[in-house]
Amino acid sequence: MSNDALTGTTVALEHRAHSHTPFYIVWGVLLAITAVEVLLAYERLQPVRMLSILLALSIVKASLIISWFMHMRYEVTRMRRLMMAALCVCLVLMCVFFPDAFRILNLGVK
Amino acid sequence: MADVAVEQPVGHAEFEPSLFQTYSNKIGMWLFILSDSLTFGAMLFAYSYGRISNPTWPTPFHSASIVNATVMTGFLLTSSLTMVLAVSASSHGNRKGAIRWLLATMFCGIMFVVLHVREWIGLINEGMTPSKNPWGAPQFGGTFFTLTGLHMLHVTIGVVVLGVMVLRSMGKKFSSNDIETSGLYWHFVDLVWMFIFPLVYLMSTRIV
Repeated sequence: MSNDALTGTTVALEHRAHSHTPFYIVWGVLLAITAVEVLLAYERLQPVRMLSILLALSIVKASLIISWFMHMRYEVTRMRRLMMAALCVCLVLMCVFFPDAFRILNLGVK
Repeated sequence: MADVAVEQPVGHAEFEPSLFQTYSNKIGMWLFILSDSLTFGAMLFAYSYGRISNPTWPTPFHSASIVNATVMTGFLLTSSLTMVLAVSASSHGNRKGAIRWLLATMFCGIMFVVLHVREWIGLINEGMTPSKNPWGAPQFGGTFFTLTGLHMLHVTIGVVVLGVMVLRSMGKKFSSNDIETSGLYWHFVDLVWMFIFPLVYLMSTRIV
């Protein structure tokens, strides 16, 4: 058996050893964050502030899903760093358009 | 050169080891997820851009819509939990348990689609189309239907894929690796909704 196959077997055995309790906890936390988001909808916040808070909460939820439900925390470090770094850089680069949205909002007769 | 070819033992071809020490199906699914993330990311950024830059952005979602969307979110989050349990059961070789949890996941996915279609029908009956709506900025309809429609398509495909997994598990093609790979796709669908729900629904809410 090759080293890779041995590593894969070890990882599989580690997966089997985990109890389901953390997954139930993560599920509960995700539901709780969703409840907070819905409660925020009842507050009359400014759109930019509301968007910032909701985005931050969504990133927390996404991290929990990727890490626990998608088992990224059990993958090798190289895979975690390469894939998440590539994704984050690409998504952050899209933010360069947001200042233009604020500029349009402030256009008009002064 | 010829000597080297002769010395190569038959049936023992050497391959380069996997970069991430896992099976290729999983790596392929992760690469698909990364590319699909950028598609949804671009659409969500476009939606948010329109929302911020437009003071007359429609806010058609009232309490009933928010309750409906929250229940949809609950179904998707629960489906992710049942999918995790299906993957766990399959990795233990528990075929019946895996099938049971896969069916539970499919049920949650179908409920999500049913509730979503009901919401769409309500909006269409109020006069909303991809090109116009009775409330304000006309691009709201186009961005809303495109974004949520693409996501609903992903959920529908996911339900079909899980159905295929159930059928394969009932037969002789039970594979825990395949169930884990389809689980990755399902969790991604859930992940995308975690952004669509707050950015599209909660940002376009008027609760009085």
